[in-house]
Amino acid sequence: MTRLLKSRELLLSAAILALILLVESRFRGFAAPGNLTAVFNDTSVLIILALGQMAVILTKCIDLSVAANLALTGMVVATLNAAMPGLPVGLLILVAIGLGLVLGAFNGLLVWLLDIPPIVVTLGTLTIYRGLVFTVSGGEWINSFEMSAGFTALPRATLLGLPVLSWVAIAAIALAWLLIRLTPLGRAFYAVGGNPHAAVYTGIDVGRTRFMAFVLSGGLAGLCGYLWVSRYAVAYTDVALGFELDVVAACVIGGISIAGGIGSVGGAVLGALFLGVIKNALPVAGISPFWQLAISGAAIILAVAFNARAERRAGRVILKRKEASA
Amino acid sequence: MLHHGPMTAPPPEAGADAAPVLELRGITKTFPGVRALGDVELALHPGQVTALIGENGAGKSTLVKILTGIYQPDAGEIRLDGAPTRFPTALSATRAGVTAIHQETVLFDELTMAENVFLGHAPRSRLGLIDWPRMRREAAAILERIGARLDPDTPLRDLGIASKHLVAIARALSVEARVVVMDEPTAALSQAEIEELYELVDRLKAEGKAILFISHKFDEIFRIADRYTVFRDGEMVDAGLIADVTEAQLVEKMVGRAVDTIFPKRRAEIGAPVLTVAGYCHPTEFEDIRFTLRRGEILGFYGLVGAGRSEFMQALFGVTRPSKGAIRIDDEVAVIRSPAEAVAKGIVYVPEDRGRQGAITALPIFQNVTLPSLSRTSRRGFLRLAEEFALARQYTERLDLRAASLDQPVGNLSGGNQQKVVIAKWLATAPKVIILDEPTKGIDVGSKAAVHEFMSELAAQGLSVIMVSSEIPEILGMSDRVIVMREGRIAAEFEREGLTPEDLVRAAAGYGETA
Repeated sequence: MTRLLKSRELLLSAAILALILLVESRFRGFAAPGNLTAVFNDTSVLIILALGQMAVILTKCIDLSVAANLALTGMVVATLNAAMPGLPVGLLILVAIGLGLVLGAFNGLLVWLLDIPPIVVTLGTLTIYRGLVFTVSGGEWINSFEMSAGFTALPRATLLGLPVLSWVAIAAIALAWLLIRLTPLGRAFYAVGGNPHAAVYTGIDVGRTRFMAFVLSGGLAGLCGYLWVSRYAVAYTDVALGFELDVVAACVIGGISIAGGIGSVGGAVLGALFLGVIKNALPVAGISPFWQLAISGAAIILAVAFNARAERRAGRVILKRKEASA
Repeated sequence: MLHHGPMTAPPPEAGADAAPVLELRGITKTFPGVRALGDVELALHPGQVTALIGENGAGKSTLVKILTGIYQPDAGEIRLDGAPTRFPTALSATRAGVTAIHQETVLFDELTMAENVFLGHAPRSRLGLIDWPRMRREAAAILERIGARLDPDTPLRDLGIASKHLVAIARALSVEARVVVMDEPTAALSQAEIEELYELVDRLKAEGKAILFISHKFDEIFRIADRYTVFRDGEMVDAGLIADVTEAQLVEKMVGRAVDTIFPKRRAEIGAPVLTVAGYCHPTEFEDIRFTLRRGEILGFYGLVGAGRSEFMQALFGVTRPSKGAIRIDDEVAVIRSPAEAVAKGIVYVPEDRGRQGAITALPIFQNVTLPSLSRTSRRGFLRLAEEFALARQYTERLDLRAASLDQPVGNLSGGNQQKVVIAKWLATAPKVIILDEPTKGIDVGSKAAVHEFMSELAAQGLSVIMVSSEIPEILGMSDRVIVMREGRIAAEFEREGLTPEDLVRAAAGYGETA
């Protein structure tokens, strides 16, 4: 499976590269390092959210509330910043992460203790969190002039040639890799999604493991809440509306099995980058945003079809091996 | 038309008026590593009940699947009214008038009785839409015919198990069945419901249906069957008229075979009590289970499918909670509320259903092996892959696991090797008691012997083993002591010495007690 995944990641990398070269051949400068880092920076939030979503999907669940969580935490920290410009930005970031964790924990508790299907739980909380954004803001926008300079400057500040926003995404990738590959909890994500019954018999608490995945996804969504409103310097009710679908799509394109138990950090990142490149390339090519949606959709279906085919091929190899040994 | 049917035809006085409706000749079916059926014969006569008798794993279910078009035989022929035929699909068997009522009824809880009876062949109106009034009428008529006074508009979820069986039978009749296969139809029924089922079988006989009745219960076989066919290890051992045999003879035909040669149980030093279970109860699955397990002992649990053995083991392992009862481990009171606590206290469970409960097939071998031992192989909250590989290598080598690499996903391994991974996973936790639920079910003969040898080696090293098995030779060959469960209770306990297959079958089926 690792070999298969590796080849899948290789293939995705090749697809991204081909896409970049294709656009470059028509519009010089797209593949310039400066532009590519801009594309990466633009995709940072998607990458971070995809990492959290990946943990949730690995456990055979799904978190549709991430974008609503992002909008709510973003609105809360923007409101705090507008009301009390003196509050340090670091504290606001902690508030954003903390609130995100709480919202994620709420999802996790409903899934764990009430045993409600995750798609129903997060569809419900998606609506609740979105509604709360309106309640918090009263439908008002918070614009850049109401935000403090420090609040909006942080994500754009550059460090070693890269914006802080990109560095946050890189740190998130490294930490997620550490968690998924090198901690018992990460291993439990795979076990719970790969075979929940077997996980129970192995002494893994399936409910608790899923709860932790939702908490992780919520915390990352909270962090992205700050990153989003500060980067775009605006907060309103419809921030990141529908963005949860991009996040799930990034995971699926990255080879994370919706059935649970299969996937890698590299896959999630590449899936997000693939969507990021498409999003940034199509406007350059002068293609309408509606075509962008259609192309993203086609990419998702292609990726799923490819994954299904790859799994079938593995099956045939097993049979051959069996015949050979018999 | 054939005159008298197959070579195994009964004496003329019984079969004279009835050539078989359906005959199987020389049917062979092989699965990778296992021959499920070898050259078996079966004849079903109109208006007669043929009992199919055999231990678990004798090939009965495979035969039913061949009869109903779910499996295709590798060799042999199916004859319908004397003419060779094939059932390439389940639908073709149904069209030929062969229907089966399965052990667990295959019905739809949210649909009404009428819909269940006619699902897939509902009467249509001229426009091609479902003709509801006619469907209700016809369903009511069929239910009436089998003596079930039930409203066809009742949703199935509102019915008890017995009524669901009636619906399944009504469904079989709605397609004008000529052959009705009943796979342990009384397993879930009460005594009164069983009597009703017998009456129904009599009525079907009177209508000229040929009935294949699969059962483990000798009293009901002698109550309703006209003929018998005995299977053992995928082969037909004997067939004939019920009137010509006794219960004792049937038991002997069913189990008779040399048992001592295959299973290498070495003598082990049996030491102090390790686990004492006192009065374990569950509201619905088992009652008053009590026993003591000693160091180095292999304790066999025998019983029919559904006797409550696995359910008890799951409670012992903390998957479910008992309603009453206590356990002592190493002479100290212990409470087990979750599998994690059971593992921590030295009890591990290798479940029967490897696919569902055993291995995580997408994960590599080494990660499966170390999954319950991660606290030992990690340091300061981080996994150490080298340690994991070392632990996995140690135990998979002990079990002689054959795999290209420990990085290989478990899903790519054969059934026997998957079983070894699951056992290695548990041994790596250094347990005191290991519960093996049907440890050799569905694995090939070679792997079987390896698992058995390993079990006695474990016992010799001082581990206590609880072995749940439905295979009599395995129970007799491996166990130091045997507990037989029937209907959720301990029916008997036997020492190894002088134990015979007949003792086990009697205790498990309750035969000979009421007689």
